[in-house]
Amino acid sequence: MSEIGWIVLAAAVMTYLTRAGGHLVLSRFRRIHPRVEAGLNAVPAAVFTTLVAPAAMNASPAEALALVVAALLGLRGGMFSVFLGGGLVLIAGRYLLG
Amino acid sequence: MSVAPSARRAFASQFWRGTRRGIPVIVASAPFGVLFGALAVQNGFTVGEAVMMSATVFAGASQMVGIELFGKAIPAWMIVLSVFAVNFRHVLYSASFGRRTGHWSGWQRALGFFFLADPQYAETERMAEAGETIGFAWYLGIGLPMYLVWVLDAWLGALFGRLIPDTHALGLDFLLPIYFVGLLMGFRRRPLWLPVVIASGAAAMVAHLYVGSPWHVSIGALAGVMLAAAMPVGKEARDAYAASGDATGGR
Repeated sequence: MSEIGWIVLAAAVMTYLTRAGGHLVLSRFRRIHPRVEAGLNAVPAAVFTTLVAPAAMNASPAEALALVVAALLGLRGGMFSVFLGGGLVLIAGRYLLG
Repeated sequence: MSVAPSARRAFASQFWRGTRRGIPVIVASAPFGVLFGALAVQNGFTVGEAVMMSATVFAGASQMVGIELFGKAIPAWMIVLSVFAVNFRHVLYSASFGRRTGHWSGWQRALGFFFLADPQYAETERMAEAGETIGFAWYLGIGLPMYLVWVLDAWLGALFGRLIPDTHALGLDFLLPIYFVGLLMGFRRRPLWLPVVIASGAAAMVAHLYVGSPWHVSIGALAGVMLAAAMPVGKEARDAYAASGDATGGR
């Protein structure tokens, strides 16, 4: 197999280890400390924020507007309206603002 | 082994329920799956290698980071480590997912972990937040179609990559941040949501500037999680923890 193939397989194994490993490590503890629990509850907000942050930081005006509209739509509607509304604002913004 | 028709129907109906829940994500992630295939081929992958990466890694953001590094003269271990850094958040998903699927068998969970990408984790948490049990059929219904389409996307992208029209005018390159904003807003009722978002956002931006991608993901996430863990523990949670130790007699 090519070098790329081996690297891909190693990346796949590492990825599976992250997905199985968190549980395998934590399940050794019978009780979960409230601080660990609080930390775990914060995971989704923390991670999705970090995935948005660089895009928000380097956003063009049209992109920034799309993110704001998406966040506002997220206050009321579901994923689909966020996606559709954000996408439309982005396309229109890029067309109008360049 | 024979399965009662009613059990099979129940499995199918739960599977389909999960699939319907996943359709918006399948549509949303298709541009990235196709884009991945196209970029992979441009970075020196064969079509087979591009498809293999989607089929074995199944984690969009890290795959993008991976092929980006392949194009440059970077040692192999560094590429694998970068993929690991982007995917480190899955350790935290895994811990939560394990708690929510205590009623599954070992092989069901082993398979479940393989499909545990961002959307599956987010939908599982949403389901649990609504007070529902996470069924294996439901989870497979959301995970398996998404996986198969993701692999198909990579194949199509690798084959027809150069035929994609102006991705910028269509906004395809910026759909992922919009999607992540939507997921982020869905968790806004959790305790400490805003402080966590501010801490993670600030740490991720600083790390992005001074440490570089992909470390901003791990560093930013850690900042938010540590902030939440460092906040004073409420009396209720403290009492519940103490009671759980008493009831089982400690270890």
